[in-house]
Amino acid sequence: MNVISLSSFDLSLAAFLLLLLAATSLRIGLGLEKRIIISGIRMTVQLLLIGMVLKVLFTSENFFLVGFMSLCMLLVAGYEVRARQKRKLRGSTGYLISTGSMLVSSFTVTFLALTVMVGVDPWYTPQYAIPMLGMLLGNTMNGVSLASDRLTTEMYNQRGMVEQRLLLGQSWQEASGEIRRDCMRTGMIPIINSMAAAGVVSLPGMMTGQILGGSSPLDAVKYQILIMFLIAAGTGFGVMTAIWLISRRLFDERQRLVLDCLTNIK
Amino acid sequence: MKEAPLLSPSPERAENSGLSLSHMSFLGNGPYSVNVKPGECIGLTGTSGIGKTQLLRAIADVIVHGGNCSLDGEPCSSFSPPVWRKMVAMIPAESFWWHDTVGAHFEDTSQRPEFLNLIEKLGFSSDIVGWQISRLSTGERQRLSLIRTLIQRPRVLLLDEPTSALDIKMVMIVEEILAAICDSLQISCLWVSHDIEQLFRVAGKVYRVEKTGFTEESDA
Repeated sequence: MNVISLSSFDLSLAAFLLLLLAATSLRIGLGLEKRIIISGIRMTVQLLLIGMVLKVLFTSENFFLVGFMSLCMLLVAGYEVRARQKRKLRGSTGYLISTGSMLVSSFTVTFLALTVMVGVDPWYTPQYAIPMLGMLLGNTMNGVSLASDRLTTEMYNQRGMVEQRLLLGQSWQEASGEIRRDCMRTGMIPIINSMAAAGVVSLPGMMTGQILGGSSPLDAVKYQILIMFLIAAGTGFGVMTAIWLISRRLFDERQRLVLDCLTNIK
Repeated sequence: MKEAPLLSPSPERAENSGLSLSHMSFLGNGPYSVNVKPGECIGLTGTSGIGKTQLLRAIADVIVHGGNCSLDGEPCSSFSPPVWRKMVAMIPAESFWWHDTVGAHFEDTSQRPEFLNLIEKLGFSSDIVGWQISRLSTGERQRLSLIRTLIQRPRVLLLDEPTSALDIKMVMIVEEILAAICDSLQISCLWVSHDIEQLFRVAGKVYRVEKTGFTEESDA
């Protein structure tokens, strides 16, 4: 079975719905019309570009091109994590930590899946490697940014409490234990929830795409299950790594809470 | 750790005992030098914002500082931070509590006889362990925070306005209890207060904290 190709006219009809939404937003003074239109345009351009890039990538099957593409995705994800934080770590440290924790979790998990579970040959075959890495990075990025944003904010807001615990002779691990665990939970809850709701409340996007693309539902489901496991593991370990690295930075070698490594909120 | 000599302590040893600050500096303030012998209490006063609290925080090693701070001649840097902070315990002016009930903060200490003793002396009944932290008054928190630190048997006490939220009757009781405990357990004590009369009641010597060091106050 072949996919029914969408014409530009079909897409314009759908875009018209978005314009309608923007007009309504203007009419009732919601103030979102500009952002609706800009994000709509951004999404269209980004996806068209990536479509062309993927087309080239899929025909070439070059290891270095796939590697370069993965690196770009990682760097953008690292930038996004930093941009979504209210209080960031000063300098390049914050960027290195978020990028590093995503590199460790998403890349290893994707590599494991490609070589062991999917067993595609060569393992970097872009049709498999890029979409899987993309899904892993996207989800890990969400988890890591939620968790690290919460960590720096909580440490700042609860500095009195953390310092009180240090003054009572607790180690930095004890003094920040509850906060760190809360932040890890914050980062992992979305993926745990979506595992619980998968198939009952929501039909995951990847599976839907495969079915629309003509795969048998059972094959699609199996891939979805695999991806869900990978995403949950990748997000979980990514979040833990990020929280550990950031909290190490927030205490110095004499276990003092040092908050001047965080940027101020304007 | 080195052991204290059993017989005839050398004069040097005696001079070193207790808490000594030598040329302590932080955030552009200092140098501060003083020696607080075991069982001695020294009062510190000074205008608001001069850095009295920061001085105590520097001694407890929760902010970066220069110079030396030692207990019985052993420098702060030779102890792990949690060990140092348990021995050289600071009680901040505003206390923080992180569990819901009072008892949860005293989990491993509430069975000790000195806990019950302190609870009673500071005007609480033994059902205090079940109380909600959110329902405590500022004064109650201040007294409980005193107990929370004392129960850990510190060698040095750094008190930041320890009676600021108490009524005059309770102020007297706390002064008496602290004097008795510091004397019997030979605790060195630094007491920060704006109430200069109080400092002359509790401390042998009173220093004024200036940006560039201590100046001694005389009993007027």
